[in-house]
Amino acid sequence: MANSLAVFLVLFFVVGTLGITYWAAKRSRGAGAYFAAGRRITAWQNGFAVAGDFMSAASFLGLIGLIALQGMDGILYSVGGFIAFVTILLVIAEPLRNLGKYTMGDVLAYRFRPRPVRALAAFSTLTTATFYMIAQMVGAGALVNLLLANSGISYNMAVAGVGTLMMIYVIFGGMLATTWVQIIKAMLLSACGLALTILVLARFHFRLLPFFEAASQIAYHQKSQLVIRDFLQPGLHYHPPHGPLDLLSLSLMFVLGTAGLPHVLVKFYTVPDAKTARHSVVWAMIVIGVFYVLATILGLGAAIEIGPDSILANGGTNMAGPRLAQVVGGDLFLAFVSAVAFATILAVVAGLMISASTSFAHDFWINVIHQGMERKAGEIVRVARVAALAIGVLSMLIAIRLGPASNVIILATFGMVVAASANFPVLALSVYWRRFNTAGAVAGLTVGLLASLVFIVTGPNFTGLDAASTTGGRHLIQAQPWFPYENVGIVSVPLGLVAAIIATLLTKEPSAESMFDELTVRANTGLGAERASG
Amino acid sequence: MGGANLPATNWTLIATSREFKDLVALKKTFIVPACVFFLVYYFGLAVLVGYLPKFASTRVVGTVTLAYLFALSQFVAGWVIAGLYLAAAAKFDALSDDILAHVDERRRSQ
Repeated sequence: MANSLAVFLVLFFVVGTLGITYWAAKRSRGAGAYFAAGRRITAWQNGFAVAGDFMSAASFLGLIGLIALQGMDGILYSVGGFIAFVTILLVIAEPLRNLGKYTMGDVLAYRFRPRPVRALAAFSTLTTATFYMIAQMVGAGALVNLLLANSGISYNMAVAGVGTLMMIYVIFGGMLATTWVQIIKAMLLSACGLALTILVLARFHFRLLPFFEAASQIAYHQKSQLVIRDFLQPGLHYHPPHGPLDLLSLSLMFVLGTAGLPHVLVKFYTVPDAKTARHSVVWAMIVIGVFYVLATILGLGAAIEIGPDSILANGGTNMAGPRLAQVVGGDLFLAFVSAVAFATILAVVAGLMISASTSFAHDFWINVIHQGMERKAGEIVRVARVAALAIGVLSMLIAIRLGPASNVIILATFGMVVAASANFPVLALSVYWRRFNTAGAVAGLTVGLLASLVFIVTGPNFTGLDAASTTGGRHLIQAQPWFPYENVGIVSVPLGLVAAIIATLLTKEPSAESMFDELTVRANTGLGAERASG
Repeated sequence: MGGANLPATNWTLIATSREFKDLVALKKTFIVPACVFFLVYYFGLAVLVGYLPKFASTRVVGTVTLAYLFALSQFVAGWVIAGLYLAAAAKFDALSDDILAHVDERRRSQ
């Protein structure tokens, strides 16, 4: 019953979004329409779209599960994901909108030698978006595996379904269809979070103190000892010796990384001007902030109602939210939450896909290979569509090869770390530091990317010794981790930044410095910025 | 694509003009302190939770801890900064409109 309702709700969402894609495809004419929705998205629409683009299954299902197991330590994730948007608001959204056309590479190419920086920006965008996308697809497949165990839909079918839909949205509907899929998903997710919170608090007759009282006495087993812990106190996950620094590292990754995620940045090209971009960030901060505050209640609620023992034994962190829905709202509500989780994944993968294919077509194909010229009218959109198809099929095959038991959180984290260590520092320096130049940008991007990769691979998320009995979520490299911290930002961010600064100071590029006048006037006034079109 | 190429624009003239320098200076007086404040406040949570777990566990209301209230206050702080920025940015927009009007005037008189 619940299964068939969930399948029905997912189908309803799919049919609706395909209708939107058909509408968007008929309206979409030319590159500006395809890559940037004609730059006619309004502030509230883009605010919801950014929220729908950013809040992945990791932040919906993962966050609730994390708080249900780690209490206060998990709550830091929700604070980080929100506060990052203050960085976006104050530092990056408006200059980006004023300076660029379709990608973050546009901002970097402005006053530097365009080919090396665009090639690196495209490489960074493609790898992080693809890794993130694979993680989301594996998540979707695993979700179906657990939620719809007896529905006849297998892991492989779910991955193929998500991948195919994502390609249809992006290839036919472009940014306009993607944006509306994200807006609807953000609304569904907000409604879902609100309803679930009401149901949880109703069990405490809407009295908050008894609810937090219950959260302060969570009983579970730790190394086969029964313990009772206060989930509002810190220290359940991050404890000495490495814990405190790991927390700082996590906070650093969030506050800089979110502002460097290519799939979030491209959303600011879909609005008419910098002022609308600014207002849309504030809308996003309301939608994301309210949801993340509610998520703290839901996470604690899952710890109270289900308990860490049962969460770990039945499906792990990702299932804490759906199971909470079942406990407080019954099978029907579980079906609703499952459908929303599926919509969440679809909206995020579509956003990742369009940013990856845009960067390939615009940064790499047209600007790096063909010196900024289309050889035939409409070439750039055709290339983006082919790229979307290729990236989509590749991600689907990798997700199927990895299988539902693989530990994919690391793939998602990789994008965020690269964004914090490579993309964001280089973007900010190019907008605010006159002396910054091509050598600095290339060094910052390269070192930031490599440092992220090296420390993640040798860190405890990727490398570790599992007991022979461990089946699900085994470490990919079976060895003692060489790097002690889970969150690598504390090392990779300074490395990328120092590389960017040193390479700049060692070289001179008068043209980059003299172009700064133009860049700063454009960034601050919007003079000559891309306008809205049909 | 509207106005991506503006060959007649003398960017250095605008960049070195009094009114543009005023705009950038005014922006700095808001954005720099706002960034310093929110970063200190934000990393303050990680420091409190990581390095002073005992103090962070102080119960303030019922069983609600200082750490949890501090975490919730981050959201309020974020929204307040956003609201103040929107108000300040309205002034930036007015100054920037003046600069653009002058650029237009110069272009027409050429």
